[in-house]
Amino acid sequence: MAKLNINGKVRDVQAEPDTPLLWVIREIVGLTGTKYGCGVAQCGACSVHINGELQRSCSIPLSSVKAADKIVTIEGLSANSSHPVQKAWAAVDVPQCGYCQSGQIMAAAALLKKKPKPTDADIDEAMTNICRCGTYQRIREAVHQAAGNTRAADRATRRS
Amino acid sequence: MKKMIFGNGQRLSRRAFVVNSATAAGGFALGLNVPFVDALAHHGKASEHNATEVNLWVAIEPDDTCIIRIARSEMGQGTLTGLAQLVAEELECDWKKVETEGISPSRNLAAKRAWGEMGTGGSRGIRVSQDYVRRGGAAARMMLLQAAADQWKVPVGELSVADGIITHGNKKISYGKIAAAAAKLTPPDPKNIKLKDPKSWKIAGKPLKRLDTADKLNGSKVYAIDVKLPGMLNAAIRDAPVFGSKAVSFDDSKAAKMPGVRKVIKVKDTAVAVVADTWWHAKTALEAVDIKWDEGENAKVSNATIKERLREGLAATENNGERRNGDALGAIAGAAKKIEATYSTPFLSHACMEMMNATVKLSAGKAECWVPTQNLESSLAALSEASGIPLAQCEVHRHDLGGGFGRRGGTQDYVHQAVAIAKEFPDTPVKLIWSREEDQTHDFYRPISVCKMSAGLDDKGELVGLHVRSSGQSINAWLNPAGIQNGKDRRQLQGWYEEPGDAQLGYTVPNLLIEYVMRNTHVPVGPWRGVNTNQNAVYMECFIEECARAAGKDSLEFRRSLMKNHPKHLAVLNAAAEKGDWGKPLPAGVHRGIAQFMGYGSYSAATAEVSVDAKGKLKVHRMVLALNCGHPVNPGQIAAQAEGSVAYGLTATLYGEMLIDKGRVTNTNFDSYEIMRLAEMPKVETVIVPTYDFWGGVGEPTICVVAPAVLNAIHAATGKPVRELPLKNVKLV
Ligand code: FES
Ligand code: FES
Repeated sequence: MAKLNINGKVRDVQAEPDTPLLWVIREIVGLTGTKYGCGVAQCGACSVHINGELQRSCSIPLSSVKAADKIVTIEGLSANSSHPVQKAWAAVDVPQCGYCQSGQIMAAAALLKKKPKPTDADIDEAMTNICRCGTYQRIREAVHQAAGNTRAADRATRRS
Repeated sequence: MKKMIFGNGQRLSRRAFVVNSATAAGGFALGLNVPFVDALAHHGKASEHNATEVNLWVAIEPDDTCIIRIARSEMGQGTLTGLAQLVAEELECDWKKVETEGISPSRNLAAKRAWGEMGTGGSRGIRVSQDYVRRGGAAARMMLLQAAADQWKVPVGELSVADGIITHGNKKISYGKIAAAAAKLTPPDPKNIKLKDPKSWKIAGKPLKRLDTADKLNGSKVYAIDVKLPGMLNAAIRDAPVFGSKAVSFDDSKAAKMPGVRKVIKVKDTAVAVVADTWWHAKTALEAVDIKWDEGENAKVSNATIKERLREGLAATENNGERRNGDALGAIAGAAKKIEATYSTPFLSHACMEMMNATVKLSAGKAECWVPTQNLESSLAALSEASGIPLAQCEVHRHDLGGGFGRRGGTQDYVHQAVAIAKEFPDTPVKLIWSREEDQTHDFYRPISVCKMSAGLDDKGELVGLHVRSSGQSINAWLNPAGIQNGKDRRQLQGWYEEPGDAQLGYTVPNLLIEYVMRNTHVPVGPWRGVNTNQNAVYMECFIEECARAAGKDSLEFRRSLMKNHPKHLAVLNAAAEKGDWGKPLPAGVHRGIAQFMGYGSYSAATAEVSVDAKGKLKVHRMVLALNCGHPVNPGQIAAQAEGSVAYGLTATLYGEMLIDKGRVTNTNFDSYEIMRLAEMPKVETVIVPTYDFWGGVGEPTICVVAPAVLNAIHAATGKPVRELPLKNVKLV
């Protein structure tokens, strides 16, 4: 039995110590917003925050998470999708299929916490999650928007 | 996959249900071969809340919420929003009050397929349904107006309507108040339905926000992989690594004792699955099962042997599909200048972010399935066939997909597997999830091909003869043998056709010979976003570039000179060139490329700006994509699809290839099957140049011009053509 603090709630979870945190979150705690995409720390679909740090939960064994660690999943990022990143994601219409977007949003939120005014280079470096639908251009735009960065209206879309 | 004939279930006995793995046209599932009946008819009660069903496509709640029915699958491409816009436009309702409801395949079947085909592939979602969904919206509007006219005892022609409010003089009534009366009326004669001129559209044609975003932002969206059901078990599967081989035996003595394990099962002849309480337990235990495979001759196959076979096809003389005019070989032989080049493109996996999965529950006389699918009817058919339970007692629950790209159409292999597993656990839902490794190694891959191109130029540098000979694997041979007629598989010539409308070659060449020769392998193949257009566009557009350079002509001008008979292709090429600043100066070290092609009834062109540094490192800075899809329904979503096609197409260009060794795929996850990240995404500008005289697709057309535009820009940068993909294997300098 391990104790986990997820989204501000302490829960007892029963799982083998080597179970990846991703699968504890999805199958034992039952929060399915955190996604499985590769299982090998490549895609970022499983991204969560642990003590404010971005982590790929598929590659963190349960045994390495302490009861005092504060885990935040996409479900706990904000009430009513009110985090600036979520609002910007809606305003820019970022998601296509949406499957990768929990991870993208968690990554963007972590970036803005560290760098409230990220440059394009900061975004390139921080936003390394895979999106197969190819929403990268809108992710970049939405991160800038969430940061309140003023960019020339170079929205790369001509809407005729 | 073989063709399956259904005839079970009394209510279905009068018809034969032909379930095909793929259509000749789009490469996706046909579903059930039942005629599409009167789409305007009523069909029972609306399923939701207090909504009154006005007709099949529209139900209205007392608070004026308009529920628009959607039959096609949503996998990120935005078809749900686009289809709703088309209905809402004709309905004249308030867009802010629109909600959508997905139709289940059982409901469609019970209504004699009143909602039409559900297959979602071949970029058909909107172009094939637009007429009947718009008619559905228009018919509902006519009935609502008529009901108001009846109530007020005035001629219907004196009423006006906007945003779901009907007005006559001082009188006003909202759709929600009149829907019940409208639903009792006889639907209008289809002959009297007049659709709006697209020029007057107010909802359709506008870059409206998607309707399906909210639950993608907070983790609440339930994909099929997220389904939770009481008492549910979980399964992990390992199918034979060498395609076509068998599982002979397995030793589960270790796995059976591992935590949570319920059963280790052989699935058909080829796979072993572990069923456990959680998927993590199932997957961990599966790794401990010792499986003996009978790998056979296929275990000798590798990329090298496949390439050899394809090259042999180039040298052979027969063909399995051709197009010809004049005497290409003679014209090339007698030409002032001859050019020759051989190109190749590899197998590719789809790598949908949500891997293949299906949850199945089998009970006495009932089968249920929760699955991400591009063809709900094919899933239903697969569920029935695999379970032996009549179609009418099967139910497939709709879930939006975490990506599709052509992988989840007719084949339904994962549904067959999930049913085989669930048979061992009656009355218990079992969720089968493929690991990423399973997903990478058991795809229906984009086929491999090689193509030899030869051309002759006269002394003025004009193209007098062109010979194209492509040798590669056939999707039809794997999925839809009926699509091959008299040994000819014309689908492989996609984008090179003479006839207009779908995928016509935009060039006129006085002496032309295009040949396809079939060289199949044991690797399963299927449609992959853009299907054959991707490869055929690379071959044609990179070679036309080589010809232009050999002729000493500008790439754009050389193309234009071949396109006089193809004004639509030309207009899109010109739009890309203009927006892409063709001919204008670029920063030092940056070079431009251009390409055009046609597929899925739409015309595409692109320019790319790239630089290649002294070490051969490539950077794609900017791309402009131009598209004429006839009627743009949501320009914002069209741009999103164009942007997405750049990411999907560039990933393939830069990194995509399946490594086949000893008969199996050896690059099994994203560490070895690399996917492009945000940092490599160029700035993409989308230009839509609609002509409003046809309806073309959107999801697939633009991808095919991505690779050739970039490759032609690299050619401009380095002075050397690239003839082999992916680029990670090519030394650029
Ligand atoms: S699932 Fe964790 S990084 Fe891909
Ligand atoms: S939105 Fe589909 S994978 Fe990113």
